[in-house]
This record gives sequence, structure tokens and C-alpha cells, in this order.
Amino acid sequence: MSAEKFSNPVVRWIDHRLPVFSMLDHEKYDYPVPKNLNYMWNFGVLAGLALVIMIVTGIVLAMNYTAHIDHAFGSVERIMRDVNHGWLIRYIHMNTASFFFIVVYIHMFRGLYYGSYKAPRELLWMLGVVIFLLMMATAFMGYVLPWGQMSFWGATVITNLFSAIPFVGESIVVFLWGGFSVDNPTLNRFFSLHYLMPFLIAGVVVLHIVALHRFGSNNPIGIDAKGPQDTISFHPYYTMKDMVGIAMFLLLLAVAVFFFPNAMGHPDNYIPANPMQTPAHIVPEWYFLPFYAILRAVPDKLGGVLLMFSAIFVLFVLPWLDRSPVRSARFRPVFRIFFWLLFIDCILLGYLGGMPAEGIYVLLSRLATAWYFLHFLVILPMLSVFETTKPLPKSISEPVLATARGVA
Amino acid sequence: MANTNSKPGASDVDGHEPDRRDFIVVATYAMGAVGGAAVVWPLIDQMNPAADTLALASTEVDVSKIAEGQAITVTWRGKPVFIRHRTADEIMRANAIDSAELRDPEEDETRVQKPELLVVLGVCTHLGCVPLGQKTGEVKGEYDGWFCPCHGSPYDTSGRIRKGPAPTNLEVPPYSFLSDGVIRIG
Amino acid sequence: MRKFLIASVTAIAAMIGLASPAMSAGGGDVKLQAGEWSFTGPFGYFDKAALQRGFQVYRDVCAGCQGIDYIACRNLADLGYNEAEIKAIAAEYEVMDGPDDEGEMFMRPARPADIIPNPYRNDNEARASNNGAMPPDLSLIAKARANGPDYLYSLLLGYVDAPTNQDVPDGMHYNNAYSGNLIAMPQPIYGDDVEYADGSPTTPEGLSADVTNFLMWSAEPKLEVRKRIGVAAVFFLSIFLVMSYFAKRRVWADLH
Repeated sequence: MSAEKFSNPVVRWIDHRLPVFSMLDHEKYDYPVPKNLNYMWNFGVLAGLALVIMIVTGIVLAMNYTAHIDHAFGSVERIMRDVNHGWLIRYIHMNTASFFFIVVYIHMFRGLYYGSYKAPRELLWMLGVVIFLLMMATAFMGYVLPWGQMSFWGATVITNLFSAIPFVGESIVVFLWGGFSVDNPTLNRFFSLHYLMPFLIAGVVVLHIVALHRFGSNNPIGIDAKGPQDTISFHPYYTMKDMVGIAMFLLLLAVAVFFFPNAMGHPDNYIPANPMQTPAHIVPEWYFLPFYAILRAVPDKLGGVLLMFSAIFVLFVLPWLDRSPVRSARFRPVFRIFFWLLFIDCILLGYLGGMPAEGIYVLLSRLATAWYFLHFLVILPMLSVFETTKPLPKSISEPVLATARGVA
Repeated sequence: MANTNSKPGASDVDGHEPDRRDFIVVATYAMGAVGGAAVVWPLIDQMNPAADTLALASTEVDVSKIAEGQAITVTWRGKPVFIRHRTADEIMRANAIDSAELRDPEEDETRVQKPELLVVLGVCTHLGCVPLGQKTGEVKGEYDGWFCPCHGSPYDTSGRIRKGPAPTNLEVPPYSFLSDGVIRIG
Repeated sequence: MRKFLIASVTAIAAMIGLASPAMSAGGGDVKLQAGEWSFTGPFGYFDKAALQRGFQVYRDVCAGCQGIDYIACRNLADLGYNEAEIKAIAAEYEVMDGPDDEGEMFMRPARPADIIPNPYRNDNEARASNNGAMPPDLSLIAKARANGPDYLYSLLLGYVDAPTNQDVPDGMHYNNAYSGNLIAMPQPIYGDDVEYADGSPTTPEGLSADVTNFLMWSAEPKLEVRKRIGVAAVFFLSIFLVMSYFAKRRVWADLH
């Protein structure tokens, strides 16, 4: 940690008093990273990049946006038509929001597959779920700001979820609205909170990274690094590997922004909000669809809301539901099958969330919802006990198989 | 060379000459930097005036109804414009002095298109306050033009600075006569 | 685990792909006629002559009932008009200005910076003048409907005789492209509704295609520059992707 490792005298002078360069250096070279991380480990960095893009474009959009029901829609159109490069900045903000969720969903499924939530990384995982919750709140409020039809009716429907709470529900909803319907006070507070919450997310991300660096990254084999032969420095190996992921991410993002900017949006949001008329078929943004399907699967108002929130809450307790000592699905043949079933189940829920709540879709939603909870609450605890896992390798660098044993 | 303790970046510099494959690493970083720089410009440029703001850059004013000795204030680009129908006495006094003695030497005739009609931006050239002297009864300063109360700059009947901290004369905006009684500013 | 990555990406893409038509189709029971549009694809552009003709159709046919509130006269420069032409077009409109010194609102000829005036003072007047049905603003209509251009084209050409089992109430019209088939808007285009200076065909198909071009422009005026920058950005990032891949291989070569 001595400042002498820097040749530049200015850097040395600063580092002696404010050791930021030593800290950076430490992360770059001294922080050991398992040498066998695959491209699935890009998605944490990509989520961070998406957050930065969202904050930067968001700050810039806020300079041109007017949070008033009479002007919000027009101010967004002014951004699209008159503000210099405004269309580009807004389309980047819109599409990166979707990409952020894609990246985070893959990041989460990666954690599920490789058992990254298991001891000693339980808090790391739980902080991630907190970030996910904050992201959902931020995305929801951001979608309200353009004040189109979907903005307005999305805000109405989602805030009305809270009316399901017994006794105090109605008062809570009036409190959230600041009035007796979604109106100007609602838009104003949503704008304020939409600006605030990304910084809360950034704060939790810092905690997430602190927790990550306590024990370092998990890896595809899921056994701990046993020494320097199992690890490499972050820079230049993983900076370069992340660069490939970033290039791919930006390329796909550019294709969306420049050629399909509205594909992940909804045409009705180009109609100004009309509190007197609900669109024929209202749906949330695509990234909420699985949860929306769970909400609608239950014929009871309170039950649906509870179940939807439980779908996220169950992730908090996941580290204690899956007690198997083996982390990676590579050595858990039965778990692997159920993982893919869960994956398909989530995609199915997403599809069903976008379908009208009638006929066969209702039945399928109920089955898929049941499977979702069955997976976490029954199958995972059972697998922890009954599954015969494959023998684990001795270490990351030695592909020799040791006798099957736990890794904890 | 599965080594973790040494710094691979540093050893490359010391150990062997950069070859074509090292070039690609440097080129990739450079390309990333260029791409990053390219996206900064839209983020900055969005703060410049937007197309609709630029399009509103002209105002038409009917000046035929301003009585002699009276003045009106109109808005152009969000700033006040003073339009004064000057009396013969005011015109005479504006021309009476030798402009070479002024802080910002300008002849009165270069500041007007018709001698009786003076059009100036109502923004003090010191720090942007709006000078007094438009309404009857307001302080016009010792040169009978305008007087900026913020830091005490008096302007004369041609809107020229005579004293005080302001460095230059009140600005004359671009304008043209559409007809005898109508001007367009901007 | 490359398989996993590929599976995830395709699955999420499939989910979006499956869900979005489902979300946007709404009525889902109508078949749209696909027009030939110059603005589709990565190299899409606006046909300026078609835009000008479409603007003429808008003015002569649509503007009686429907406003275009986000388009100012100055925006018509995109259609290929020069400054003098825009001033002349603007001067044909009367807009309300004021209040004047007496506190009265007054009418004056429009200037390039003015929004093209709406035929009605407010929504209530618009509704009252149209049997209670509100004619939607047209600025964003091509983006506010699923498959906007094809939908508009089909709707304009969709006024056919109602099937015998279909009861068409008074004030409603049968349209085979409209969800539910009963639309309040009477048939706007019959063919030869306007006379083109450039002698282009004024068939119902020609007029409908032209006005659809115009409405796509009014909904997405930055489409051309967007696609132009997009081609450059995708080209740049593709090279960046290839280079970073090889740079990564070079760096990792140390390890093996």
C-alpha cells in the first residue's frame, strides 16, 4: 500500500494524502478473481453501466421536462422534436430501461444457476433483491412521467394495489395520490422520487460491491478459490472480458435505439392521458409482466397483491430454502432440470401477463404461479435433502475430480 | 504464464516490445475512448436553445400609437425592449454632445433608424438589471434617459452610458420597419 | 456456459416478441393492408414529394376536423419547402394572439413559428361538432396505433359495404380495418379529392399513401437522422466488438 509504487509525483503526492489511487490499484491488481469466470459474469458490470446511462440521460432529460399534467406530454414531445438531440437522449433512456431489466434478469438467473446466493454470499444476494425492488419502483414512476394513456392508467392500477390492504388501504391510496385520483400532485411526487431513487440504487450498489469483495466472485464450478493458482487479477483480464460484453451490450442497445426505438413500448403512450377513458387493453411494461400475471392469477384482490409481493419476497429467503452444500448447477443434475423448468415458467408467466385475463390464460396463469412457488418453497428444500450431487473437482485450476464432498 | 502476483500490464512494457497483438489492445481502448467522447456532445448540446426557442426570435410591434415623449416596453427573447418616441428636445440633446468624449463613443444617428424612435434593449450592460425611466414619474437619471438603480448607471436620451459602472451603451436590437408604424424586432 | 447466455437472450427476446403484438393488437381481429413505405428499414428515408402531397391531403381533407398540434409551420421545412414558401403557407392560417393593449384577443396571420391551428377551440367543441365523437389529434397518430402506417393506410381504404348481418347505427360507418368495424369518422377519401400539382395519381390508394407518409413524418420527424446516425453507430460498435474480442484473446493468451 505504499505510495512509492506510482512514478508520477503528482499522483504520489495525492495518494499519500488521499489514497484513491492505491484503492483503484488494489481493485485492479490485488483483488483476486477466480480465473474461470465465463461471460455470464459480465452482467454485473453491464447492470452498472446501464445504471450510469440511465442517470446521465435522466439528468439531461430532466433539464427539458415539465412535471405538470398540462405540459408533461407536450414537454416530452418538445424533447423529441425541438431539443437538440433530444430524441436520441430520450430513446436511449427508454430503451436502456428495458435493457437494464434484461441484464438484471440474466444476472439473477445466473445467480440462481450457479448458487451465488449461498453462504457466505447471502447478504450480497439480498442486497441484489433490494436493488431489484428499487429498480421496479423507479421504472414504474418513470413510466408515468410522459403522461400518456399507459402512464396514467398504469399509475392508477398500480397505486390501487395498495387499496387491497384491509382498513387503511383507501387512506394509503389517497395519501399516495395526494388527492382523490392520479393527478398533478401525483405526477409531481413521482418525478421527484424518480429522480431520487436511482441514487438510492447507486448507494445499494456500493453495498452490493462491498459485500461482493468480502469473499470475491462465485464461479461456474462453485468451489472456493484455494490459492493464487486459482485466481487472476481483475485488470487486464476481466476489464478486457467485460469490454467484450460492453461492446455487445452497446451494439444491441444501438440497434434498439436507432431502429426499433418503440418496440418495447406501447403505442397507447403516444396518446395524451385521458382520465375519462381507459384503453381497451392495458398492460404494464414488459418487465413487469410475470408479476402482473401472478397478480391476476388470484381471483381475490388482497390475495393477488400479497402473492405478487411474495413472489419477490421469496427471493429474500432463498438462501435458507436451498440448503444444498453444492453451489453450481453443474454438479446438481436434478436441480438443473428444475432450474430450466423455473426459467420456462417465468417466461410463460411473462407471456401470460401480456394476454387478456380470460379463458385458458387464467388457468395457465394459475398453474404457472403455482409452479413458481412450488419451486422455491417445496422443490428446493426437498432437493437439498434428496439430490445426489456429482463429485466436485479438487480446485478451480485442477480439473481432477475429488471425492464428492461439500464446499462450505 | 499463469501468474497472478506480478502486474501483467507492467511486465509487458518492460519485458518485450509491443507487437501487433498488443496494438489491438491499445486500439480497442482508444476506440472506446473515441466512442465515449462522441456521446458526450449530444448531452451537452441539448442545453443550447432548442429549435422552437430559436424560431420565436422575432416580435412585431405597432409603434404608431406611442405619443411623443412616451415609451413602451415590449418583450423580445424574454428580455424587455424599450421603445421611446423622443421629443425634439431629446433628439437635440442626444446630438448636442461630442460622442468622442463618451465612454462608448457612438453617434446618435447610428443608433436609430428614424430620429424620433429609439429602440434599445432594456438591459443594463453592467450586470443585467432593467433600468428605470420608462414610466412617467420614474427616475430617468441625470441625463434624462434611463437610470439603473442596481449600481447607479445613468443613460442619456440615446441610451448611451454616461457615468457609473456600466461599460457600454444600451444595446440596439436588430429591427426593421415593416410599414410606417410597425417594426419587427429580431 | 454459453448455452445459458444464448438461451436467456433468445427466451427474453421471444417473450418480448410474443407479448408485444399481444399487447398492442387490441382488437386483433382485423387484417391490415401493407403499404410500400420508403421510411422502413435501416436506410429508410422520407419521400419529400409524397410528404408535400400528403400535407395537401391533410389540409384539404383531414384538417376540417382534426388538428396537428405538435407541428408548427416552420417544421414544414422538412418537407422540402423553402423559407418564402413556408411564410406563404403560414400566412394562409389565422391564429389567435393577444391579449393586446386593450386586453382583447385578436386574430392575425400565422408566422412560421406558429403551430398549425386546430379546427376547434377545445375538445368540447370538437366533440360537439362531431356527434360526440372526439376526432383524435393527428400529430402522433402513426405512433399511437400498432403498425401505425399500415393501420392508417388500411383504415382510409377500409370503408366498404357492411355485410348484410351487420347493423350500422346512425352516425356510424362500417370499416373493415377498424377494431369492432364501427367507426364514427365518415369516409374521408374517395379518390380525386384533391388536385396534385405534380400530376401524381389521385386514386384512393395514392391519396391514402401520401397522407400516411405525411403522418409518419409528423409522428417521427427525426426518423431520417435517427437511421443515419444508427447505421454509423452500429458500424462503429460492430468493429469495436470484433476488436475487443481479439484484444481480450490477446490479453488472455498470457494465461495459457
